[in-house]
Amino acid sequence: MQEIPVTSKKQPCHPLDDLIRTDRIPHIWCPGCGIGTVFSACLAALKGSGINLRKTVMVSGIGCSGRAAGYVKLDSFHTTHGRAIPFATGLKLANPELNIVVFSGDGDLFAIGGNHFIHAARRNMDMTVICVNNLNYGMTGGQVAATTPYLAKSTTTPMGNPETPFNLPLMAYACGATYVARWTMLHTRDLTDSITEAICKKGFSFIEALSPCPVNYGRRNKQKPLDMLKLYQEKAIIKNDADPSTLDIDFEKGIILGKFVDLDRPTFIEHYDKIYRPSRLQENVPGLNS
Amino acid sequence: MKPAVLTGEYFMTGDVACAEGALAAGCRFFGGYPITPATEIAERMAIRLSHVDGCFIQMEDEIGAMAAVLGASWGGVKSMTATSGPGFSLMMENIGLGICTETPCVVVNVQRGGPSTGLPTHGAQSDMMQARWGSHGHYEIIAIAPSSPQEIFYLTITAFNLSEKYRLPVLIMTDEIIGHMSEKVIIPEAKLLEIVSRPRPKGRKDRFKPFAPGPNGVAPMPAAGEGYNLHITGLTHDEKGYPVMAVETQTEMMARITEKIQKNLDDIIRTDSFLLDDAEIVVVSYGVSARTSMAAVAEARKLGIKAGLLRLVTIWPFPEDQIRKLADRVKGFVTVEINLGQIHREVERCAGGKVPIFLVGHPGGTIIHPDSVVKMLKEAF
Repeated sequence: MQEIPVTSKKQPCHPLDDLIRTDRIPHIWCPGCGIGTVFSACLAALKGSGINLRKTVMVSGIGCSGRAAGYVKLDSFHTTHGRAIPFATGLKLANPELNIVVFSGDGDLFAIGGNHFIHAARRNMDMTVICVNNLNYGMTGGQVAATTPYLAKSTTTPMGNPETPFNLPLMAYACGATYVARWTMLHTRDLTDSITEAICKKGFSFIEALSPCPVNYGRRNKQKPLDMLKLYQEKAIIKNDADPSTLDIDFEKGIILGKFVDLDRPTFIEHYDKIYRPSRLQENVPGLNS
Repeated sequence: MKPAVLTGEYFMTGDVACAEGALAAGCRFFGGYPITPATEIAERMAIRLSHVDGCFIQMEDEIGAMAAVLGASWGGVKSMTATSGPGFSLMMENIGLGICTETPCVVVNVQRGGPSTGLPTHGAQSDMMQARWGSHGHYEIIAIAPSSPQEIFYLTITAFNLSEKYRLPVLIMTDEIIGHMSEKVIIPEAKLLEIVSRPRPKGRKDRFKPFAPGPNGVAPMPAAGEGYNLHITGLTHDEKGYPVMAVETQTEMMARITEKIQKNLDDIIRTDSFLLDDAEIVVVSYGVSARTSMAAVAEARKLGIKAGLLRLVTIWPFPEDQIRKLADRVKGFVTVEINLGQIHREVERCAGGKVPIFLVGHPGGTIIHPDSVVKMLKEAF
């Protein structure tokens, strides 16, 4: 058999390839899914932030978004359902030098893992939490989530969701997060900028990234794959510093996006060092030596 | 500032001695949640970890506590938690993550009466089978049962050493009675203690496989932030740590996590005995019940009954060979434990119907009086 001559050079690399476990590609995400775009924004932010990537860890829970930890070429942990934040808490406390990015879905972070989210925010545990909100449980086939809009259909709310969804930025703010933003995966540059800011910011940062799930959510709610993107485009209202209590997602009235909270308060570790380990305390830690 | 090893003689509860053993073993992270009768371990760690540049955090629940303990271990620090029945139930899923991801750590269960909220302030030994099989899936586990505050000090060090050596969560299955009992505890000089730390990787980082077993079946373990680009998952994974949904990978992974224990039983299993050499009737017991059993054996000997005690220090893996060998030469067994027959079933299984086996059990809430063991020894044989 004649050998095919190798004429082309190695396939050109994607600029983010050095942050991806290319040996694990193709990924599991469905056509039309937005997680990949949020993931790319996160990788671009990690690269652009200038932080030491060797000391950067991604932690995920379970679900479609939870698979991100399996694709990022950093130290990465794919934990149990809902437990990415407490696992990340242990990592951070064991080695405060680590930069921690928790990348997971709405079901993972806010239903089964909701308790951990509120307490990590309260403690101001120094980590960046990115929530891909696709309004449903995608991996298990489209069940109702704590974020599913009222009356929306899912396999477990076949006649419409009788529950009220969370306003995630309000919850993050109320619990004590020091950075809160919301974008859609269509607002890639804003999303990337926000993630960059959040990664560089000390304290508990939270970013909600709205993302379509055409296969499981769209299909049951009379949305074609591009319909959700059109909604993101047409219904987006960019309003930085908006009052978090006004941020309920309402596709009729409009979805408010932007950076809502950006404040400073000492982290858990700073408080802990001051009270329990004064020998560790470095000079000029804001709010602690004053 | 106090040292990690508080060399000296003390009058100490089991819970406090457990915390001191952990510090002596090198534990520098405790993630916990208050629960009777284990709270005193957390309280002691909360102050003592600050003396040794460690970190204590009270988490929002036991699920989070167990997750944080695993995270801290991958952060490169020896870590532990302590709880009792209800909290132990909540920790089970993440104990499974620890087994699957081969994460060293120590979990103390100061047992109380159950099921459910049960008897918070009264002892029991009724979580022994939960210790063995409480998390889903098939696996091997190491569980040890101390019988005194002095022993819990040493066995906590042993628990850390085994967890580091074999890379898995090790369970200390103590009980309310040992936990709350004050006795003399001698803490030796630090240099006299044997402390084991996890095997560390060597060689090229880009070719490192975090689950490729070393000579004793255990893979070396780096920490996050050391440049290995680790991927660690609770999904079935290959030696590289990558998830692979295939029967072959499941078979290989299961072999790794079970054989590292099964092939090192002689190194792991610890038992103790009292008048066992010429015994015709063997009392099998552990933890606080082994102490009442010992008194019963001494009493029985006075009555001319040739009884002996086999005290299980390691409960899991179960010392099967020892029971099997004894079953070939003795007249029978009596298992003594504060439950209605858990380890008793294991003794029955290993004795294989060769000799009669009786249980002196109790549903929980108090110790088993030596008289009830003596009564059984007198009447059953």
